[in-house]
Amino acid sequence: MKRGGSISIWFFIGISLLVNGVLIFGAGVYQLLYPPEKEVVLFRLHAGVWWGAILAVIGAIYCFYYAPGKGRS
Amino acid sequence: MIAALALLDTQRLVRLSPVDLVIIIFYFVLVLAIGFYLREQANTGEDFFMAGREMTAWIAGLSFLSANLGSLELMGWAGASYQYGILAAHWYWIGAIPAMLFLALVMMPFYYISKTHSVPGYLKLRFGEPSRALSSVSFAFMTVLMSGINMYSMALVLKIVLGWNINFSILISSVTVAIYVALGGLRSAIFNEVLQFILIWAGALLIPILGLIEAGGWSGLKARIATNASAEYTHLWSTLGKFNDNPMGIHWTGIVFGLGAIISMGYWTTDFLVVQRVLSAKDLRAAKMAPIIGAGFKMLVPFIVILPGLLGLALLDTKLVGETQAIATNGHSYNEVLPLMLARYCGPGLLGLGITALIAGFMSGMAGNVSAFTTVWTYDIYRALIKKDASDAHYVSMGRWSTVVGVAISIGTAYLVMDFKSIMDYVQALFSFFIAPLFATVILGMLWKRATAAGGFWGLLAGTGSSVGMWAWVKMDPSALRYVALSPYARDMAENMYRALWSCLLCAFVTVAVSLVTKPKTDAELKGLVYGVTDIPSEGYVSMLHRPWFWAVVVGALFVVLNIIFW
Repeated sequence: MKRGGSISIWFFIGISLLVNGVLIFGAGVYQLLYPPEKEVVLFRLHAGVWWGAILAVIGAIYCFYYAPGKGRS
Repeated sequence: MIAALALLDTQRLVRLSPVDLVIIIFYFVLVLAIGFYLREQANTGEDFFMAGREMTAWIAGLSFLSANLGSLELMGWAGASYQYGILAAHWYWIGAIPAMLFLALVMMPFYYISKTHSVPGYLKLRFGEPSRALSSVSFAFMTVLMSGINMYSMALVLKIVLGWNINFSILISSVTVAIYVALGGLRSAIFNEVLQFILIWAGALLIPILGLIEAGGWSGLKARIATNASAEYTHLWSTLGKFNDNPMGIHWTGIVFGLGAIISMGYWTTDFLVVQRVLSAKDLRAAKMAPIIGAGFKMLVPFIVILPGLLGLALLDTKLVGETQAIATNGHSYNEVLPLMLARYCGPGLLGLGITALIAGFMSGMAGNVSAFTTVWTYDIYRALIKKDASDAHYVSMGRWSTVVGVAISIGTAYLVMDFKSIMDYVQALFSFFIAPLFATVILGMLWKRATAAGGFWGLLAGTGSSVGMWAWVKMDPSALRYVALSPYARDMAENMYRALWSCLLCAFVTVAVSLVTKPKTDAELKGLVYGVTDIPSEGYVSMLHRPWFWAVVVGALFVVLNIIFW
């Protein structure tokens, strides 16, 4: 959804997923290197690492594909 | 109550790390940025109230679903599934899918062709001013109450999980919603709803994935629930033969006829909160596809709402109780199951995203209510009854101000809601008051050209009045439950289902009876409003994959399969 040169909603979503994904991935890697004293259940799966990476990749794809000026809505 | 909650503020499930706070703050910045960015595109009434009627089917469809996916949905139904088991999934499947498909294929053409701004606006065209006035006032009342419920839910989450002050949570979230809706109108609400929809999934999806790993898959989950509660908790239909055979105390007739045929039809086809999103679609085909896309995703929502509740029943060491008991014993209530599961699995970063998902759910639900309230107030109450001949700019200005006022009233209702023991039961009661009779009025108006203005008005009044009357009757004399809900064993949910059914039937009966003795409109007057005298525009030649009917059949087939799998 866009109107004459405006930014697609999917670009905003891409930004959101990319930023959140990078932050979560970074926090996950930090916990991998420096495990906390009190671990969450299933800590051994390191969900933050792979979930953050998935969000960041999807976000990056959306940012690239729906970047302002590409004419996609 | 407030004092008790203030005491609980000293407790918290988790502590946020700096990265969690950054994620939450980034979310607030982004939704406000979208609001400021879109303010230049909300200058006319059509832009502000209808988002310019230029949304694609995907945007309208996701927004249609997201407006319903408030924190109330996330927390309330996760809590209900802990309390009632998988029966809660009925509200997502039979309580939504048939109605959404019906809206898409049968009702959407009339809403869209009439170019109405709202559902009360359609009633004005079909039945006249009195019916519009009645439905718009009751709708405005309901939306601010619903908005207050959303606020309360959110504040409760933030209190329990983070120990945040309940007043602070209400203030910061509601001011944010007021700013972005007042600036960008429906377009801003829709943009943010789509963003919120994605964030809800991104933040909530890990709980069922990790929960199923811990429980040992679906079979392991069922075995644990059978041990902790009862095997009945994992059956969708097989326990509904008798009222006292299932945790909800409901009979299959209540689910099929009360929920499936009346409440869900009323909500998904006549509640302007959701219909408004579809009315913003760019053409009729997009308007028909939007609810079908919404239905497809709606079928998946139990994965992030119902399943976490069941996982809580299977895995949590703590026994959850009702709201009143939780406060009295300093324990945890059913409604807290989702945040408890979140705290169980999510470390830094993931926790921030999970909390953001809950905040996003709150905001989408509240923004949906506020933007719908603003449109109905401005077009169906203010313009219709108070100031008829003002300029378009004046109504846009009124829309912006009524957004702020609507939020302020919602804040007041949030504090009222705190005195109700069960959030979801309260919502269902509201639906049965206003939405169930409205469905009968609208559907008769669309499909029966003999229905008259007097019939529509008196039917709606009788249906709403009878629903409130039945509710008051049971409140004053609990033994009346055997008449209203057909069984003394029926619980609140079941009572709501049957009350909705009776009020809808009474509305239909009165509408038909009064219509038969009053003068109908001519066919020419009903053109574009009623089946049989309206030419539905062709969708043109498009491939099978672009036809609404094709996707409706696909979604319908999946719906049947899911019900059989979890029978």
